[in-house]
Amino acid sequence: MLRPTQRLHSRLNRTEMSWREKIWQINWSLIAVLTAIAGIGFLTLYSAAKGSLEPWAVKQMVRFAMGIGLMITVAVVDLRFWMRHAYTLYAVSIVLLIAVELKGTIGMGAQRWIDLGFIQLQPSEIMKIAMILTLSRYFHGASVQDVGRPTFLIPPLLLVLLPVALVMKQPDLGTAMMVLMSSGAIFFMAGVRLWKFAILLASGLGAIPVAWQFLHDYQKKRVIIFMNPDQDPLGAGYHITQSKIALGSGGLFGKGYMNGTQSGLNFLPEKQTDFIFTMYGEEWGLMGGLFLLGLYVVLTGFGYAIALRCRAQFGRLVSLGITTTFFLYFFINTAMVMGLVPVVGVPLPLISYGGTAMLSLLFGWGLVMSAYIHRDLPIGRRGGHDD
Amino acid sequence: MYHDNDRTKLFSRRALMLAGGKGALISALIARMYYLQVVEADRYTMLSEENRVAIRLLLPPRGLILDRSGIAMAVNQHNYRVLVVSEKTPSLDYTLDALAQIIALTDHDRGRVTKEVRRRRSFVPITVRENLSWEEVARIEVNAPDLPGVMIDVGQSRFYPLEHLGAHILGYVSAVSENDQTDNDPLEELPGFRIGKAGVEKIYDMALRGKGGTSQEEVNAVGRVMRELERREGEPGVDLTLTLDMRLQEYAAQRLGDESAAVVVMDIHTGDVIVMASTPSYDPNAFNRGLTHDEWKELSTNPRAPLQNKAISGTFAPGSTFKMVVAIAALEAGVISPEQTVLCRGHTELGSIKFHCWKKGGHGSVDLINAIKGSCDVYFYEIARRVGFDKVAEVANRLGLGVHTGIDLPNERPGLIPTRAWKRKALKQPWHPGESLINGIGQGYCLTTPLQLAVMTARIANGGVQVVPHVARELITDKDSASRPAPNWPSCGVSQRSLALVRRGMNAVSNEPGGTAFRARIEQEGMWLSGKTGTAQVRRITMRERETGVKKNEELPWKERDHALFVAYAPEDAPRFSIAVVVEHGGGGSAVAAPIARDIMLEVQKRERARIASGHDCGDHACGHKEHG
Repeated sequence: MLRPTQRLHSRLNRTEMSWREKIWQINWSLIAVLTAIAGIGFLTLYSAAKGSLEPWAVKQMVRFAMGIGLMITVAVVDLRFWMRHAYTLYAVSIVLLIAVELKGTIGMGAQRWIDLGFIQLQPSEIMKIAMILTLSRYFHGASVQDVGRPTFLIPPLLLVLLPVALVMKQPDLGTAMMVLMSSGAIFFMAGVRLWKFAILLASGLGAIPVAWQFLHDYQKKRVIIFMNPDQDPLGAGYHITQSKIALGSGGLFGKGYMNGTQSGLNFLPEKQTDFIFTMYGEEWGLMGGLFLLGLYVVLTGFGYAIALRCRAQFGRLVSLGITTTFFLYFFINTAMVMGLVPVVGVPLPLISYGGTAMLSLLFGWGLVMSAYIHRDLPIGRRGGHDD
Repeated sequence: MYHDNDRTKLFSRRALMLAGGKGALISALIARMYYLQVVEADRYTMLSEENRVAIRLLLPPRGLILDRSGIAMAVNQHNYRVLVVSEKTPSLDYTLDALAQIIALTDHDRGRVTKEVRRRRSFVPITVRENLSWEEVARIEVNAPDLPGVMIDVGQSRFYPLEHLGAHILGYVSAVSENDQTDNDPLEELPGFRIGKAGVEKIYDMALRGKGGTSQEEVNAVGRVMRELERREGEPGVDLTLTLDMRLQEYAAQRLGDESAAVVVMDIHTGDVIVMASTPSYDPNAFNRGLTHDEWKELSTNPRAPLQNKAISGTFAPGSTFKMVVAIAALEAGVISPEQTVLCRGHTELGSIKFHCWKKGGHGSVDLINAIKGSCDVYFYEIARRVGFDKVAEVANRLGLGVHTGIDLPNERPGLIPTRAWKRKALKQPWHPGESLINGIGQGYCLTTPLQLAVMTARIANGGVQVVPHVARELITDKDSASRPAPNWPSCGVSQRSLALVRRGMNAVSNEPGGTAFRARIEQEGMWLSGKTGTAQVRRITMRERETGVKKNEELPWKERDHALFVAYAPEDAPRFSIAVVVEHGGGGSAVAAPIARDIMLEVQKRERARIASGHDCGDHACGHKEHG
């Protein structure tokens, strides 16, 4: 069925793009926003080390530079390549998750990574991305009618629950929740009816008493402490109390850069990792916090714009999936340090000190950028140019 | 193409809804930020800048450890420390010089203090030396005017008043190191906190350490403590009462003397371990004080392994004490009857290999009872060959050999009772028929701990009940202790007839002339013991040596001498206690181990009688009171 108008828009219908074209298409303003956020991270890490590039800021800069390189590489690779290999990546992630379960090194009380010698591989990070690619591919070829059939939804549901169960077993509650929520977003975007979500949610709530039995003691403790932080002023409740004091004392304009007394006097634990937003908020106040939040919102906006602009459903779902994961990162982290949700180990994206999260996030944005570069490419059901 | 248009519309609609949801969440964040940083800002600013609350953890006293009669084995002692506050000294070096003239200070101490001072803020007290004697404290106090910035502080430290006695069971405590398993107990981060590293200090650490209290303090902007706001006392650790009797333990340790040896005495019905001595021992206080390099080297390289609890971690070939197991296995399998005899000519042959009996001329014709009584090797070669070693191993496991006994102490070793399957897997070799013979007299691959031997004897004596030994009188959970429920152990699944026959043999060993332990019998009425000697060879005797005469133990270097073993239960008519004695490279079982076991068992029973007698008196007294009242 060749329509005459298609001949006029030859560029829109091409199946291959040259490297030069791809480079030309790179969205530099997106990179600028990412860099601005990471820059705030460098400044805060410099302050966390009491005005020193060591030990955190320099390493973080190197990682960011590497991450941007990775992102551009991922972006210029054909989007169909990522689609074709989505299931393979998923299978590899599952194997790796089982491998950590079997013989991962024990770190922070949980089996979370495999030491490959030169890098500590965190399979749950790879899974976050593999999950989005896999679901996007699954729903890419689905019509509205397909999505309406309950039997059509069972395979992807199983695809989600398997890694979630493995991650829960590690135990890494934060990651499990994030995979669950970003997968939910893709189901939603694919057009699954709302009442089906309602049923799942209801049965999920019903399963809470059962799930409680399977939680580790420290996880139960975290939830209990969240409900009643004064009960354990020295454990996790201490973090939250100190975090609130630091944030609150920052006031409207903050105590000024490098003047955060709470964090400076080590009242604040983990100020360079999960609690970095507290330190930033203490020094820059409400205004600084709003500015950072604004940057995050702008970035989220980019993700939405790219998704809506994409021609292929795969690209649209991937863009929104990655954007939602990113949103969940910063929402859960900031809500956690402000005492809105229980303490789960989720870093502030692009700002918290740490290599794996940084690289996997930028890998994700590379996919969004790839969706942008290949936005006009039609993609067939199986990742070919058409079928 | 499919209904792309519908789908695109749906997608846009859903994207809008999702964005709306996110917007709501972000509004919540902003509202919260506004609440914290604007509405509540003043309160938090006050908490933060003028007076902020620091929460200090209070170390609870560690639980005491007592023996069964209440003798203190581990207590907490005041630990006097001398501290220096650098901001109060005109010159740190000058003060340290002055201090060094009063008490001994090493260069190491001084270096550490100068380093600490640079790292901490100037008002933080730095420990200069710990564990000061009273005399040193007095000297510092007297010279206080010349020592500005120096102060004395009292902390708690662990003290083991019995020193070497029972050290292996107690274990010791020391500062938390990176290798320790931590479980996020905030106490572990306190500088003075000590964690149990061995023995019951380790296995019951969670119960002993107690729960930390808190002290909320107002701290000013630079972190100086202004005043205490609220104090919540913690819970002291649970006191631990052991089943051990320290007077008997002392007697046993003295009796073992300088030998490298272990002895275990246990109650065959309740599993109470009454004596568990391992010599040589060490002083656990040394670990708390801090060992010098030389002391550590001496302890860790001594061939007699003072740090090891040989009763549970030392593994020895059981030698002839294993013969009861073989006898039971053979009786159960029906390959022998008690009356059947085997002719012992001093050796037997299997194929071309010659297997020797310890008695050069042989025992002549022996039945089961006489074979145990005289410890005839040829008899047991024969019945082990008939029954096959896998069946022997199964009985051994059920009697407690080659498996963890389950005692509440760390580092228990399982020993080894070989089977065909084990040999194929571990050594990748088939089982040779001759190995059934060698292992049938407790040599070869067989390895057991003294505790296992005591458990084996207990199970033989108590009618085959699988008693499990323990050292804590109460049942201790993480934070609590409760009395032990009445034991409900399963049976070994061995017939009473077999057990009775073996016990008759053991009786003959100790109480009939010609028995290998007849000379080490107990003569006191009602305290008779029944036992079995064992002499485990640790070197190979060559053909040539046999011809020229086997070397005596005294002619050999220590490391090549035989292990002396003895197991027994008493009283003979109504068994109550079992004992196992192993003297490493001590020589013959009947000459070395049996007399030790006899003396200890006699003392155990005497003490038990005295206890019952005094308890009885008390009871009468109480009764009398009741009648009068």
